[in-house]
Amino acid sequence: MNLVVAMKQIPDLQQIRFSNRRPVLADVPKSFGNIDKNALEAAVLIKESYGDGKVTVVSAGNEELEDTIKEALAAGADEAFLITDDNALDDADSSIVAQVLTEAIKQLEDVDLLLFGEGSGDNYSGQMGPRVAKLLDLPMVGYASAIEIKGDTAIVVRTLEDVEEVVEVSLPAVITVQSGINEPRIPSVTQILKAGRKPKTVQDLEDLDLGSDHKNQVVTIDILAPESNRKQIKVNNASQLLDALKNENLIGG
Amino acid sequence: MAGIMIYSAKDNLALELLSAARALAATSGDEIKALTVNNDSQAQMLSAAGADVYTINSSGLVPADIGAMADSLAQAVQQMAANVVLLSSDRSGKELAGSLAQAIGAGCITDVLDLQGKDGRIECRRNALGGAAIATQYIESDRQVIAIAPKTFSAASGQGGSVTELQVSVKPSSIKVLEVKEKDKDSVNIDEADIIVAVGQGLNSKEDLAMVEELANKLGGQVACSKPVATDKKWLSEERVIGLSGKQCKPDLAILLGISGQVQFTVGIRDAKTIVAVNSDENAVINQMADYVLTADLHEVVPELISLLA
Ligand SMILES: Cc1cc2nc3c(=O)[nH]c(=O)nc-3n(C[C@H](O)[C@H](O)[C@H](O)COP(=O)(O)OP(=O)(O)OC[C@H]3O[C@@H](n4cnc5c(N)ncnc54)[C@H](O)[C@@H]3O)c2cc1C
Repeated sequence: MNLVVAMKQIPDLQQIRFSNRRPVLADVPKSFGNIDKNALEAAVLIKESYGDGKVTVVSAGNEELEDTIKEALAAGADEAFLITDDNALDDADSSIVAQVLTEAIKQLEDVDLLLFGEGSGDNYSGQMGPRVAKLLDLPMVGYASAIEIKGDTAIVVRTLEDVEEVVEVSLPAVITVQSGINEPRIPSVTQILKAGRKPKTVQDLEDLDLGSDHKNQVVTIDILAPESNRKQIKVNNASQLLDALKNENLIGG
Repeated sequence: MAGIMIYSAKDNLALELLSAARALAATSGDEIKALTVNNDSQAQMLSAAGADVYTINSSGLVPADIGAMADSLAQAVQQMAANVVLLSSDRSGKELAGSLAQAIGAGCITDVLDLQGKDGRIECRRNALGGAAIATQYIESDRQVIAIAPKTFSAASGQGGSVTELQVSVKPSSIKVLEVKEKDKDSVNIDEADIIVAVGQGLNSKEDLAMVEELANKLGGQVACSKPVATDKKWLSEERVIGLSGKQCKPDLAILLGISGQVQFTVGIRDAKTIVAVNSDENAVINQMADYVLTADLHEVVPELISLLA
């Protein structure tokens, strides 16, 4: 069983500072999005229960990716296929990244199942799985909270807001997972040490054949932190708190 | 002239999209066309609200097959000569957005919290960086797919619509729905509550929820929670989750108990008028966005509050 997991390198959101409401992203360490880690864990669990197979992580990003990818290789991925570029990919919109990932995936052999997080850790836009599925002309099932492989199909529990659908999809297919599907493993020290030695293919963005027509369709005017000026008044106990809230007429009595 | 096509599988969201389309058309003069798929009652409802409705009726179309749905919508876009498609950013609407955008070569923005026609563009606002910031964006390509968050617009009303049938071709699906289970209904709307008492992973046990519910009752408020309390611990329903993948809430008062304050949570509560944080960690990030900060064990504070309110 050949499993492919697409993961996105994102800045560590807890470490982003803002200057004049603008995010300062320089020097913020990179990591993979949390739901992407669920997708990886789902792939590794399928491989383990299947007895054999391979989990390949594909990712597109700047050259820091060569370091970030160790996290995924330590957490159970067997191989990595990376597309890197100095900066073009940092500002690329979903349509371009989908094209890039698709070109990478086409170079992998006999893919049975492609797993994505339902949304990335930073933009959470949810376009990548559906777009890549369309580009590869594969069926897609989204929002998986359980996946079971049965012959050449996958049985997926697809959890929507008000219903759960149990669906059967023929393989190869694209599945997007949601965070509740599993608890990603924490790699051991030996696994982290071994990660650096696992096979890794790194391709330059320029070496991909994306055709002529690849420019951003989405233009970002600005990204600003919302204005917030909270009072941050310290109260010492429950009764002080209630007095303050009563003074503001927020609660009766 | 350009056209706007709207589609949502959910009736209430379809009516919200009709309002959004009308707001855009008011300045652009675009024609609005509403699409329904295998849903005659929705077609009637939208037409009664004044929409020109186009219907697809095809027994071969499996709604869970997002790719097939996108192919059908793509044919509708073609037949209607629409260049802007508005979808609802609920879970299935959001994945449909990505799939359709790819099928018709459109740029796409999902989870849109606010949109406005301006200088011939549609300016959209959405959360970025996990909710730590808000991005203002527009789509430059000729075709645009925009998925709008529920409750961004109110439901449209009107009269004098029409219903026309569309024909699309549907390929056999590789997806079969074996079973549909209704989730346990929790009909609460925390995004409409004036007072919210929200708990996070600082809560010791499911049993302790009882006192949180009692406090909420005393205050006339609703119990809500951070995501792990619902998705990992399963102590409360996902309907009660505040945040990026939950609800955006704007209560007058939010009392946050044992919640650390990561951006994906705070994005859903930052519009509250007054925020109270009760956290045992005096350096908890949530304190920075609170109006009142009480550094204490919530398991002591909550019973005290209840007895003081008695
Ligand atoms: C794409 C994405 C989307 C997400 N969407 C959401 C979302 O919509 N909503 C959401 O909530 N999260 C969301 N998350 C998860 C989010 O990142 C956090 O993991 C989550 O909000 C943390 O929940 P918490 O504050 O309850 O738990 P923790 O971070 O574990 O915090 C628990 C807090 O309780 C305090 N505490 C412990 N004991 C006590 C005590 N006895 N008394 C008082 N305080 C105590 C601790 O000091 C700590 O601050 C999302 C994550 C991702 C990646």
